[in-house]
Amino acid sequence: MEYADIAERVGEARAAGAPLSIRGGGSKEFIGRTPQGEAFDVSSCRGIVDYDPSELVISARCGTPLTELEALLAEHGQMLPFEAPVYAPDATIGGAVAAGLSGPRRPWTGSLRDFVLGAVCVDGRGELLRFGGRVMKNVAGYDLSRVMVGALGTLGVITEVSFKVLPAPRVERTRVFEFDEARAIEFLASAGVTPVPLSASCHLDGELYVRLSGSESGVRAGEEVLGGERVEQDDDLWRSLRNQTHPFFAGKLPTWRLSVPPAAPPLGLSGACLTEWGGALRWIRGDHDWEALQATLSTVGGTSTLFRNGDRGGEVFPAPDAVTRRLYTRLKESFDPDRILNPGRLYGDL
Amino acid sequence: MATFAPDTRIRSALAPGAIVDRLIPVVGEDHVLHRPEQLAPYECDGLSAYRSVPLAVVLPGSVEEVCEVMRVCSENGVPVVARGAGTGLSGGALPYEHGILLVLSRFNRILSIDPDNRLAVVQPGVRNLAISEAVSNLGLYYAPDPSSQIACSIGGNVAENAGGVHCLKYGLTVHNILALKVVTVDGELIEVGGPRLDSPGYDLLALMTGSEGLLGVVVEVTVRLLPKPASARALLASFDDVESAGRAVADIISAGVLPAGLEMMDNPSIRATEDFVHAGYPVDAAAILICELDGTAEEVDDQIVQVRDVLAKAGAAQVRLSNDEAERIRFWSGRKNAFPAVGRISPDYYCIDGTIPRRALGSILSEISRLSEEYGLAVANVFHAGDGNLHPLILYDANKPGEFERTETLGGRILEACVAAGGTITGEHGVGVEKINQMCVLFGDAELEQFHRVKAAFDPEGLLNPGKAVPTLARCAEFNAMHVHGGQVPFPDIERF
Ligand SMILES: Cc1cc2nc3c(=O)[nH]c(=O)nc-3n(C[C@H](O)[C@H](O)[C@H](O)COP(=O)(O)OP(=O)(O)OC[C@H]3O[C@@H](n4cnc5c(N)ncnc54)[C@H](O)[C@@H]3O)c2cc1C
Repeated sequence: MEYADIAERVGEARAAGAPLSIRGGGSKEFIGRTPQGEAFDVSSCRGIVDYDPSELVISARCGTPLTELEALLAEHGQMLPFEAPVYAPDATIGGAVAAGLSGPRRPWTGSLRDFVLGAVCVDGRGELLRFGGRVMKNVAGYDLSRVMVGALGTLGVITEVSFKVLPAPRVERTRVFEFDEARAIEFLASAGVTPVPLSASCHLDGELYVRLSGSESGVRAGEEVLGGERVEQDDDLWRSLRNQTHPFFAGKLPTWRLSVPPAAPPLGLSGACLTEWGGALRWIRGDHDWEALQATLSTVGGTSTLFRNGDRGGEVFPAPDAVTRRLYTRLKESFDPDRILNPGRLYGDL
Repeated sequence: MATFAPDTRIRSALAPGAIVDRLIPVVGEDHVLHRPEQLAPYECDGLSAYRSVPLAVVLPGSVEEVCEVMRVCSENGVPVVARGAGTGLSGGALPYEHGILLVLSRFNRILSIDPDNRLAVVQPGVRNLAISEAVSNLGLYYAPDPSSQIACSIGGNVAENAGGVHCLKYGLTVHNILALKVVTVDGELIEVGGPRLDSPGYDLLALMTGSEGLLGVVVEVTVRLLPKPASARALLASFDDVESAGRAVADIISAGVLPAGLEMMDNPSIRATEDFVHAGYPVDAAAILICELDGTAEEVDDQIVQVRDVLAKAGAAQVRLSNDEAERIRFWSGRKNAFPAVGRISPDYYCIDGTIPRRALGSILSEISRLSEEYGLAVANVFHAGDGNLHPLILYDANKPGEFERTETLGGRILEACVAAGGTITGEHGVGVEKINQMCVLFGDAELEQFHRVKAAFDPEGLLNPGKAVPTLARCAEFNAMHVHGGQVPFPDIERF
C-alpha cells in the first residue's frame, strides 16, 4: 500500500460521508472509546524508509511492526528509548504513535512524543502532508507531527514517522527493596535528585523494583548508592510492565491509568496500586466512580484515564474545560472537517 | 536597515490614541508607552536589521491584566506582538506598526520550586539562567541552555522551542517543560499539560512550543528540573581539515557515545574567539571539536577513553582534556561567546540557523565556502555539530550600500542548500520574518494551508504576531516564481518537507 492509496481511500470515504476506523496491527483496539466506522487496515503500508545509525534517526512506514524496527536498531546497538507497549507481535509504529504510550524508561529518557522528529500523514480531506523532518532540530512551522501523537488517529492517518533513536545502554540491572508505598515514593523522590542512572521503577505489594542502565561502571556505582538486593532475570518483569502482561493487569476489571506528580503521596484509593515511573504513573483496578477519582486526583495535580475494560461507549478521558474543548474541536476541524477519521475514538463529540 | 512587509494589512478601526486610552485603565498609565522616545528601545529584537515602531508598548503586571489587554485588543481588532527579552534572532518580536507590543518583562518571578517533583513554576519573563541559578543549591538545573541564557526569557524559549549546547542529550525546550498557562487571543486563560508526565487530549503543549507567539500568550511555565550530573568533563580536539572533524562527529555517535554536548568551530571562529576570551584554542587549527561527557564519575572516565580513541582514529591533531571545572568552563567560554567575538572582528554579522543530517557536514561546509566566495562575504562557522545545527556567521558592513541585501541573499542560499541536503531552514531560532521566504522552499501549499488552518483555530482574526512564521500562498507563489531557474523550482527532485 502506497501513501497515495491511503490518500485516495480517505478521499473516497469523505465523498461518501462514510467514516473510517484506522487500523494497524489491531493490538490497541481497546485503547480509547469503541471504534466506529468502516475498518481501514493500513498495516500493508510498511518498511523502513531510511536508517543511518550515525544519524541517530530512523524513518519507517506506518505498518512496520515495532518489533521489526526494534530488532534492526538492536543490531546496531541502538534503541527506541520510550519502550512503547507491544501488545501483540504485529503492533505497528503507526498505532504506537497514534496511541502515544510509553513504557518503563519514560521518566528518565523521554516519551514517544519526545522522540518524534517528523511525520507524513493524510488528513481528513485526503491530502498528504509532511511535517517536521529527519533532522534532530527543526522549528520551521508548527510542530504538527508531535500533535499526531496520542491523537488516536483523529487528526490524520499517519503514514510515515521519523524517530530520533539513542545508543542502547550496555548494562541493565535491577535492585529490589522491601518498602511500603509511601516509603517507595519518598525513596524515589530522593533518588531522583541524585545523578543515579535510573531507568525504570515498579512498586507493588510492599516491593520496590528499580532498574539501572548505563555502562558497567556507572551501574555499579548506582547500585552502591541505592543499596537493595540484586534481582536476576529482571527482563521479564520490565517486559510484563511494558506490555501490561503482569498479573496485576489480568482479568476484566476496569484498569485506570493515573498520571500524577511523582512525589504525590499514596492516593488511598481502594484496591491495590501498581506504581511506575518513579511515582508518576499509578495503576488501579475496579469500578471506581469517575468523578470521585478525578476529585482525589485534582488535589495532587493528577489526572485519570479509563485505560482498559469498563464502559468504552462512554468517555474514557476526562473532559477538558470549555475553552480547551473549543480549541480541540477547532483543531479537529482544521484537519478533518467532515469527521471521517476515527470519529468518537478520543472524545464522543470529536 | 531593512523593513519587513507583512502579508497582512490588518489594523483596528480605532485610532491609535483611542487604543491607548482603553489600555491605560487596564495596566496603568506608567505601563503603556506611546511617545516616540519611549518606543525606540522596542523597535527591534536580536535581528536588528529589521525595525518597526508599534503604536504602543504595553507592560502588563498580572495574568488578569494580560487577559484584559487581550480582551480589549480582540474586541477592537488590535494586533498584538508578544515580546520576552527581545534576544530572538529571526525578528519574531519585531513590532507590527498597527499593533501593540505586549512586553512580558514584569513577569519576572519564580513562583515555586518543588524539588521532590523536580519542577519549578515560573513566570514567562524569568531569564533562562535564573532558573538554574535558583535551584543550583538543590543539586538541580534546567537543561536547555541557549548561548543567550543570561538574557533570554523562558517565555521566549517556549515560543521559539529554544535549544542549547546540551540538547543532543537533554533535548530542546519542548522536552523540558511540563505545563503552560496561556492567554488566548480573546483573553481566556487555559492550562496546557500539568505537573506530571502526560495529560489526555491533544498535545497542545507541543503545539504551543515553537509557535512564535502566533497562537497565544504564555503567562506561566512549569519546567522540569534535572539532577546535576555527578561529573562533567570536556575534550577539546583540533583538526587540520574540517572534513575530518565532521567525520569524527559521526564516528563518536556511531561508537555508541551520547555526549552531553558536541560542538564544532572553524578557523575564522576559533581566531575571533581566541582573541576575545582567550579560551586556549589552537589558532592554527582548521577546526576544533568540543565534546562534553557527563554522568557518574566512572561513566565519564570510560567515555573519555572511548572518545579519545575515536578522535585519534579520525585524525585529530591534538586532544586536550579539561582537568578541572575551571578548565571545562574555559573550553566552553569560547564557544558560548562566539557570536560577540565575531561581532568584534566585523562591523556587523548575520547569524544563520540551518540544520542538516550530520553526514552532510563536509559537503555543506564546502558549499558554504563556495557561496562565501561567490558573494564576496566572509563566513565564520560555529555548529551544534552533534545535532547537525549550523550557525554560519556572515560578516558584513551595513554601512556599505547593498551589502546587507547581499548578506541576506547569501543567507537564503545557505538555507536552501541545507534543505537540498535533507535538512531544514531553522534548528532553533525560528522563522519569524527572517526565513519567511524559505518556508516556501521547505513546505508545499498543502502544508502551508494546514498551518494557516491551525492558526485560524486559535486566532480566527489573525491578530497575534501578524504576518510572521507562516507565509501566505500568494507570497510563496511570488517568491518561487522569482526563484525559478531555467523553468524549474529549486531542487525539483527533493521532497518538500
Ligand atoms: C548571542 C545570542 C545567542 C543565542 N543563542 C541561542 C542558542 O544557543 N539557542 C537558541 O535556541 N537561541 C539562541 N538565541 C536566540 C534567542 O535568544 C532565543 O530565540 C530565545 O528563546 C528568545 O527569547 P526572548 O525572551 O529574547 O524572546 P523574544 O526575542 O522577546 O521573542 C521571541 C519570540 O517569542 C515570542 N514570545 C516571547 N515571549 C512570549 C510569550 N510569553 N508568549 C508568547 N510568545 C512569546 C515573540 O513574539 C517572538 O516571536 C541567541 C540569541 C543571541 C542574541
